[in-house]
Amino acid sequence: MDSRQTAMNQASGPGIATGGSAYVQARHLSVGYSNEVVVADISFKLGSGEALALIGTNGSGKSTLLKTIVGLLPLMGGQLSVFGMPPGNNHHRIAYLGQFHHSGFVLPLRATDVVRMGRFPLHGLWKRMGRQDDEVVLSAMRTMGVEKLADTPLRALSGGQQQRVYLAQVLAHQADLLVLDEPTAGLDAGGRELYLQAINEELRRGASVIMATHDIQDEAALCHQVMLLARKVVAIGAPNEVMTPDALLETFGIVVAGEQRLHMLEHPHGHDGGGRPGLNRPRH
Amino acid sequence: MDLLVTPFSSNGFMLQALIAGILVSIACAIAGTFVILRGLAFIGDALAHGVLPGIAVAILVGFPGVIGAAVGAAFMIGGITLITQRSRLSSDTAIGLLFVGMLSLGVVIVSRSSSFSGDLTRILFGEILGIGTQAILVQLVATVIIAAIAVICARPFLLLSFDPEQAEVAGFSARLYHNIMLFMVAATVIVSFQTVGTLLVFGLLIAPAGAGALLARRIEAMMAWAILFGVLSMYSGLLISYHFDLAAGAAIILVTIVIFFAVFILQNIRQRRTAPSRETTHG
Repeated sequence: MDSRQTAMNQASGPGIATGGSAYVQARHLSVGYSNEVVVADISFKLGSGEALALIGTNGSGKSTLLKTIVGLLPLMGGQLSVFGMPPGNNHHRIAYLGQFHHSGFVLPLRATDVVRMGRFPLHGLWKRMGRQDDEVVLSAMRTMGVEKLADTPLRALSGGQQQRVYLAQVLAHQADLLVLDEPTAGLDAGGRELYLQAINEELRRGASVIMATHDIQDEAALCHQVMLLARKVVAIGAPNEVMTPDALLETFGIVVAGEQRLHMLEHPHGHDGGGRPGLNRPRH
Repeated sequence: MDLLVTPFSSNGFMLQALIAGILVSIACAIAGTFVILRGLAFIGDALAHGVLPGIAVAILVGFPGVIGAAVGAAFMIGGITLITQRSRLSSDTAIGLLFVGMLSLGVVIVSRSSSFSGDLTRILFGEILGIGTQAILVQLVATVIIAAIAVICARPFLLLSFDPEQAEVAGFSARLYHNIMLFMVAATVIVSFQTVGTLLVFGLLIAPAGAGALLARRIEAMMAWAILFGVLSMYSGLLISYHFDLAAGAAIILVTIVIFFAVFILQNIRQRRTAPSRETTHG
């Protein structure tokens, strides 16, 4: 399948990218939009097979940072290189899952058509899609457990099923960098389990993953680095070093510690696949 | 059979109307599909009416109406872009402003001249029964170009309809392909006004594609349905107008609307029947 060097996903150390070939590197980066800086002075390095979790409340700057990395928002300051180039290049190597999908209800698309779109960046306007593409699409749908829904119209799927389809689209890209904004929003327990397995597999084949998440137990624990955001970088490093009660208190405002595990009191979204939380809900 | 075929076989103007009408239907079905997918209905409507002053001025100074329509459409799109970029107003406010502005400007220009009332009706409702060979050729070229754009830009258009950010990240400039799509819609409106008129072209743009959207699971199927419904409306509208001596353009558009609601009602009845079994699959 993939000849790239296999990297262990159980953390080696925070902030250490293999050699000089960091996939993503930020130095004193400022991100924001409409000329307003949301988070300043972000520095990190992410190499092949490594994962970074962004943790913070709504409005803390997670989505802004992700959008800057994929080239949707311009830099507000500092330096950012993605595969050694300014962001917005290397489309064929980057898969992005945004937080909002405003289209679903009207588009006459089957689930499989949506997943297939994940192959478009590799083929541009003209190149034909072949049997290999069909196989990749099917295999991505299997990974997320939606292969039986392939012919179902997107609008007939529940919110959680749609999210699985969007994740399958990301996987079908077979990208070197996966940038995911709240990837498990609306997923049920089964969906989350499949997602975690899939991300482990992506890391094993050498891809890098950056994800914004609220889940400090499963998802963040899977990552080599964790960045706590609250309109500034509260802390960055290995999960067990960074997620201290004090740092989480500063990030979320309220946290309960017990039995070696940290539980967030504020759980921002349910698991039934219904509505999504507003993007700019005020922090408290 | 006589009632269905003879009107076209024994009247040259009816046959030409049918040919022009089929070309218009195809162009409108393709452009209309993306108008619906991208939620451009309002701008499509605005374009259809915004071209009026351009056409009026063109006729006044003796230029082809199509050129005037193109200038009007360019002015309209430029104005909308300017207002949305230079102010905090949303595009529908900008569209609404220019839409009404251009429409009233068109009527003001037309009203200056007494010989214009006939022209106004012609611009608004088209003159499909008086269509010439040259107009058919223009329509043919336009339809081919519109179909070519849809084929070449199929992937970016699909991504854009799905999620503009997704298109951007995939390497297809959202702004570029949005503008190409607008150009396609504008071109459809501009070349179709002679056939069905500026007031009615909008119906042909969205009613067949809308009915297609209700039926189809895939975009290709939606477009195919839209073409089928458009051509069917064209044929039966012309036939009705011939036999009952009714205004052709309006008869055609009425048929498209009737088809849309027929599909809508049938679809609802079917869904109500299958609803109980669907509920269990959710959750």
